[in-house]
Amino acid sequence: MAFANDVRFAVNRSATLERLREILPPHLLLVEEEELRPYECDGLTAYRALPMFVVLPETESQVAEILRACYALGTPVVPRGAATGLSGGAMPHEDGVVMSLAKFKKILRIDPVSRTAIVQPGVRNLAVSEAAAPHGLYYAPDPSSQIACTIGGNVAENSGGVHCLKYGLTVHNVLKVRGFTIEGEAVEFGADALDSAGLDLLALINGSEGLLAVITEVTVKLTPKPELAQVVLAYFDDVQKAGNAVADVIAAGIIPGGLEMMDKPATHAVEPYVKAGYDLDAEAVLLCESDGTPIEVAEEIERMKAVLEKSGATSLVVSQSEAERLRFWAGRKAAFPAVGRITPDYLCMDGTIPRKRLAEMLEAIADLGAKYGLRCANVFHAGDGNLHPLIMYDANQPGELERATAFGGEILELSVKLGGTVTGEHGVGVEKIDVMAAQFTPAEIAAFHRLKAAFDGKGLLNPGKGIPTLARCREYTQTRGAAAVTPPPRF
Amino acid sequence: MDAQLKEWIGRIHDAAKAGQQLRIRGGGSKDFYGLPSAGDVLDTTSWRGIVSYEPTELVVVARAGTPLAELEATLREKGQCLPFEPPHFGSGATVGGMVAAGLSGPRRSAVGAVRDYVLGVKMLDGNGELLAFGGQVMKNVAGYDVPRLMAGSLGTLGLMTEISLKVLPLPPAGMTLRFAMSETDALKKLNAWGGQPLPIAASVWHDGALTLRLAGAVAAVRAARQALGGEEVADAGAFWQSIREQTHPYFAGEKVSAAALWRLSVASVAPPICCSGPTLIEWGGALRWLRGDQGAEQVRNLAASAGGHATLFRGEDALKTAAGAFHPLSPVLAKIHRNLKQAFDPAGVFNRGRMYPEF
Ligand SMILES: Cc1cc2nc3c(=O)[nH]c(=O)nc-3n(C[C@H](O)[C@H](O)[C@H](O)COP(=O)(O)OP(=O)(O)OC[C@H]3O[C@@H](n4cnc5c(N)ncnc54)[C@H](O)[C@@H]3O)c2cc1C
Repeated sequence: MAFANDVRFAVNRSATLERLREILPPHLLLVEEEELRPYECDGLTAYRALPMFVVLPETESQVAEILRACYALGTPVVPRGAATGLSGGAMPHEDGVVMSLAKFKKILRIDPVSRTAIVQPGVRNLAVSEAAAPHGLYYAPDPSSQIACTIGGNVAENSGGVHCLKYGLTVHNVLKVRGFTIEGEAVEFGADALDSAGLDLLALINGSEGLLAVITEVTVKLTPKPELAQVVLAYFDDVQKAGNAVADVIAAGIIPGGLEMMDKPATHAVEPYVKAGYDLDAEAVLLCESDGTPIEVAEEIERMKAVLEKSGATSLVVSQSEAERLRFWAGRKAAFPAVGRITPDYLCMDGTIPRKRLAEMLEAIADLGAKYGLRCANVFHAGDGNLHPLIMYDANQPGELERATAFGGEILELSVKLGGTVTGEHGVGVEKIDVMAAQFTPAEIAAFHRLKAAFDGKGLLNPGKGIPTLARCREYTQTRGAAAVTPPPRF
Repeated sequence: MDAQLKEWIGRIHDAAKAGQQLRIRGGGSKDFYGLPSAGDVLDTTSWRGIVSYEPTELVVVARAGTPLAELEATLREKGQCLPFEPPHFGSGATVGGMVAAGLSGPRRSAVGAVRDYVLGVKMLDGNGELLAFGGQVMKNVAGYDVPRLMAGSLGTLGLMTEISLKVLPLPPAGMTLRFAMSETDALKKLNAWGGQPLPIAASVWHDGALTLRLAGAVAAVRAARQALGGEEVADAGAFWQSIREQTHPYFAGEKVSAAALWRLSVASVAPPICCSGPTLIEWGGALRWLRGDQGAEQVRNLAASAGGHATLFRGEDALKTAAGAFHPLSPVLAKIHRNLKQAFDPAGVFNRGRMYPEF
C-alpha cells in the first residue's frame, strides 16, 4: 500500500544526481529501479515507496558532503539501518534520497576498563555483546531483532528488549552519539562522562527516528554479565490471571531481569518453529527471570515462585541449565517470525499501558478480534506494560488490511485511554502517525514541530514521519470523532 | 483549569508582551547553582501535592512545588525511593527544582540519573500553553523525549507544573566498607570492580580513603563483602548523607568554603586530575570535585582532556559571571541550544541567563 506522505518537495532530480555523482563512486549510489526496489520498505511491509536514489556512504566525510548537497538543493534524506523497524521509519520518501548506513559496520573499540564500546551505527546489536563477551561484559538492551538490527537504528528508535525492565532502554545505555546535522555539520551529543554540559540533547537523539540527525558513531555502556541467570516459566489457565500475576510480582518488590508474556495463539505459533518446550495446553505463559549470584538467584526464584503460585499459576518450570534458559527465551524472541509463518501478513502493535490494566486490555483485544473477524496473538513485554498484539491478516483478501489497521487503531486508542501510549519501543514512523492525534493536542504537536526545526529548519530529515502535520491531526479527529481523542490532562 | 495555573499563564503572557523575564523558583535551595538570572520570581511552592502514587506501578506523579522531603517520605512508607538520591541542599527543595537542576547523588553511577527516572512532564511553555509530554509508563517513544530534556534544563525551556517519576524498591540490604588507598589505586580498583557483577551502589575517595557502599539482595551484599575485603563502617548513613547534601567537611569546612568548588564530570578511567586544591571523587571515578583558585580555563581544559566537562559549582557571583558556570558549548551545539530556547520560549521569558548568558 502506498503511504500518502503529505509532506512533499519539488526536488531537482538531475541536479541532485549530478552532485551525488561527484561525491560518491558509482557502486555507492543506486539509481536504477531494480536496485532501488529492495529499499522500498522496512519491517512494516504493508507500506512502500520507491526513493529517488539510495546512497551508501562509507566515510563520515561522504555523509557530510551528501547532507550538505541535499541541504543546498532541498532534497529530503531518509536514514536507514537494517530496516527491521516495524513502524515504517526507514521507509523511503518518494522525493528523497535513502541514506543507508550499512557500510558503517566497524566496532571501533571495546574498552573493558571503562566498560564502553565505540561502534559505528551499522554494527548489529548482537555483535556488540559478542565482541564484549570475552571480558565478561555485554550490551544490555536486547531487542528480539538483535541478530539483524543496528545500533544506529536502536538509538533512533530508543529500542527496548526483554531485559529492559531491569537494565533500561537504549537511552539508559548510550553515553555518546556522534553524528551530522542536515547541514552537514559534525555534532556530538553526550560525552565519555556520565553527563554533559547544557541541555540533555542525548535524550532527544534517542528515539528521534532519524528526524534530528544522522548518527555515525555511538558509545555504549557495557554491563558485567551476572554470574547466573535462571528463568521461571509460569503457566496459567486464564490470560487475565497471567496479566494480574505481572502486577503481583512487581507489587512484591521484585524487579525481575525479564518479565514477558505470551498467550496461547503465540505459543502455538512458536512451538513448532523453535521447539522451546512450552506447555501448549496453557492459555498463557509468563517468563520471569532472576539474575545475580547463585545464592541471590536461588532466593529470588523462591520468592517469584511463591508470588506466581499465589496468583494462580497452574504449573511452574525453572530452567535447569544455561542451554535450557536460552531455549525458553529463544521461543519468546522468535515470536514475530513464528507468527509470520502461520499467516500471510501481520501487523504488530506496540502500545504501553499501566501494568494493572493488562487484564482489561487482554479482554478488550479478544472482543476486538471478534468484532473485526481477525486472529490475534499476544506477545507482551509484560513487566513494562508494553504490548505486542500481532494482528494476522491476508493482504490479498480485499479489505483485510483496512480491517487489521482499524483493529490496531482501536487498541492504540485504548492504550492512551488506559493511561498509556501508542508506542513503547517501535516508534511512530508512518504507521502510528495518525493515531498520534489521539495522544497529543495540536499545541503539543506544534511544539514537536518547533523542536524538530531547532535541528532541521528546512524539515529535510525523514520528512512526514514521527510527528503528524496539523492537517493530518485535524483529519484524524474529524474521522475518528472526538471520542477517540483523549483530552488533556492525561496523567 | 485551576486558578493557580491561570494566574501563571497570565503572568507569562504579560511578561512576554512586556519583554520582561520570570525567574522560576521552588524552595530556593539551588539558587546558588548556575548563573544569577534576571526577572521577577515566579514561586512554585504553592502548587504542591502528590497527584497519584501507585507503588505497584512504580510511578509517582507530583506537582512541581511539592517538597522533595514530602515525596521521599511518602515513598519510604511503601519501601520505595528515588534511587538516584537527589541532593536537597536545604529544607525547601521541591520536586520541580530537583528535575530542573538535574543533579543526582551518590548512587547515580549505579542506578542512573534524574533524567533516567523522569517519565512525563506537564509544563507551561513561553507562550503560556499547557503541554503534556510522556506519561506514566516505563516505555514511551511517542514524540520526542521532552520529559528527559527538561531534566537539567534549569527552567530555561518552561515552567514544569507536574512531573511523573519512576521509583524503585529500597534495596533490601546495604553495607559500607572502607579501604586505605591512594587516589591512583582507588581509581584503578573502582574501574576494575565496575567490570564485575558486584552490588556497588556508591563510592567516595577522599584524603587517602576509599569508602564503598554496597546495596542489593542480602546474599549479594554478603558475597561482595567477602570478595572485596576492607573494613566495615558502622552507621555509615550519616556519611553518605553528608556527601549527598555536601555537608561533609570537604564541602562545608570553614577553611575551604571561600574557595571555588568545581564539579568535573569525566570518564571514570581518567587518571588523577592534578590541581592545587584537594579533591573528592564519586561515581566510581566519573565525578571529581576540585577546590581551589586555579583559572577556569585550566580546569575546563583538564576536564575536557579527561573526556568531560567542568562546572563552576559554587563560587562567587563575580567569578561565575566572568568564567561562566557551565562548560562552553561547541558552536553547533550552541546553535541548537539557541534554537531550542526559541522553540519553547520565543520571547525569552524564563530564567534568562541562568544556564548560558546568551539565553
Ligand atoms: C522480528 C522483529 C523483532 C523486533 N523486536 C524488537 C524488540 O524486541 N524491541 C524493539 O525495540 N524493537 C524491536 N523490533 C523493531 C526494530 O528491530 C528496532 O526498531 C530496531 O532498532 C531497528 O533497527 P534497524 O537498524 O533495523 O533500523 P531501521 O529500521 O533501518 O531504521 C529505524 C529508524 O531509525 C532511523 N535510523 C536508522 N539508522 C540511523 C542512523 N544511523 N542515523 C539516524 N537515523 C537512523 C531510520 O530513519 C528509521 O526511522 C523488532 C523487529 C523485528 C522485525
